[in-house]
Amino acid sequence: MSAPAVTRRLLPASATRRLPRWLDGLLEAVGLPLVLLVLWALSALVAPNRYFPAPWRIAEAFVKTWVGESFFVDVLPSIGRLLVGLALAIVIGIAVGLLIGSVRWLRQFVEPVFEFFRAVPPPMLVPLLAITLGIGDTAKIAVIVAGAVWPILLNTVEGVRAVDAVQRETATSYQLSTVQRVVYLTLPSAAPQIMAGIRQSLSIAIILMVISEMTNSSSGLGLRITFFQQNFQIPEMWSGIVLLGFIGIALALLFQIAERLVLGWYRGLKETERA
Amino acid sequence: MRRRLRPVLLGLAGVVVFLALWQLAATVGWVNGKYVPPPTEVFASLGRMMLDLHYWRTIGNTLTTWAIGLVIAGVAALALGTVIGLIPFLRRYTRSTVEFLRPIPSVAIIPLAILMFGYDREASLVIVVFATFWQIFIQVLYGVADVDPVARDTQRSFGLSARSRFVHLVLPTALPYIMTGIRLGATVALILTVTGELLIQVDGIGRLLTQRGTAADYAGVYALVVSAGLLALVINTLVRIIERRVLAWHESVRAEVVL
Repeated sequence: MSAPAVTRRLLPASATRRLPRWLDGLLEAVGLPLVLLVLWALSALVAPNRYFPAPWRIAEAFVKTWVGESFFVDVLPSIGRLLVGLALAIVIGIAVGLLIGSVRWLRQFVEPVFEFFRAVPPPMLVPLLAITLGIGDTAKIAVIVAGAVWPILLNTVEGVRAVDAVQRETATSYQLSTVQRVVYLTLPSAAPQIMAGIRQSLSIAIILMVISEMTNSSSGLGLRITFFQQNFQIPEMWSGIVLLGFIGIALALLFQIAERLVLGWYRGLKETERA
Repeated sequence: MRRRLRPVLLGLAGVVVFLALWQLAATVGWVNGKYVPPPTEVFASLGRMMLDLHYWRTIGNTLTTWAIGLVIAGVAALALGTVIGLIPFLRRYTRSTVEFLRPIPSVAIIPLAILMFGYDREASLVIVVFATFWQIFIQVLYGVADVDPVARDTQRSFGLSARSRFVHLVLPTALPYIMTGIRLGATVALILTVTGELLIQVDGIGRLLTQRGTAADYAGVYALVVSAGLLALVINTLVRIIERRVLAWHESVRAEVVL
């Protein structure tokens, strides 16, 4: 109880007048980004570079380009395709993964073929599916699904395989129905692996969304950004890069929230094990 | 022995059945044979390509971009990750910036890369390095900070020099993480190398695919997709072998670090 008094005497005066906790945290979070922004702004003022316009010019271009009609014509459809593709990949990946993971001969039967599909660099699928499915929304969504489904599917298979043997036998001796088994045993215990798979799929999905729009499209974010670049509309191009960045960050945040909801129990368990 | 053989045989059967179904679908007409050529045609086309030196040069170009990108990203990530990971002050103050920059899709900076470097390998390298860097950097960051507290206290009371502390304590702790980062990075680097070839027209397997597509040589397109898959499998296997070698001393050659 007397410890604070002792430290106060030992430490120099400046250390005792520390910043309040919340201010310290705030400084940690925004300090470096602010410094970088200021440096960028200063360099734009002192030595203007045509490829790196000042932040306020990008902000201006951002509002002019993306707020208003373009938001509904280019941005929303892109995000829509991304989300639909991801949702399909997640549903298909988990469903098929559950099936394959619980039947041993089936897993051994399909694994080499599926491992090969996963190995194919997903961007190669864009021209391939453009040939078979054309260049409409279907093809663009199919590309996202075809690229993003493999990490989820194969991770689900791994997760299902790793279900604890004792728990599995307990489920059998309590005669749980198949549905109960999946809901109360298999899915929760495979969840950490499944989430790891989904995390890998997120970045693949965004890459595929942009590529399919950049190569063959009449609208969408990727097309607009390429157009700006080819016409040397540099602040507008930057505003597109910023927008794509925001989409990436928003998706990562959404995923973090989902992960906390799905895996909260798991993290807690790990912490108690460690303690 | 029979136990060991079973999965291999089943796997082979899977491949055969898959190819047979594909052949059947294309010849019977469940799918349009023009756009989805049967495997016989695809593998014939692949065989013809493999006899051509041009094919191997193209793959060599892809591998060159991939390797340069991976090395640049790896060196930068190791250097920065070690420094930032070991100094708590830097770690705390860079965290928000890292969390902000990391999810930015690397394809977003393609237009900027093209403006700065033209339709050239350098432009492709920008996106390869950007994407690969984060994969390795994050692992290094976790790795160097994961030193066992007891080991660290012991080291402190024995008064080890900074150098031997790094060699005997930090490096062995971080190595499994670093290898995981390199393995993930190798895959990501290949994905973005191919992306660069498709969008920035850098020579390589991706650009060849586009050319075959425009020439309406669809069997060639499929053959190149198969080539890319095989290439990725070879790279994965090599990286895994290296990983196992490097970590042979480690207690588990351990279960995957799931982040």
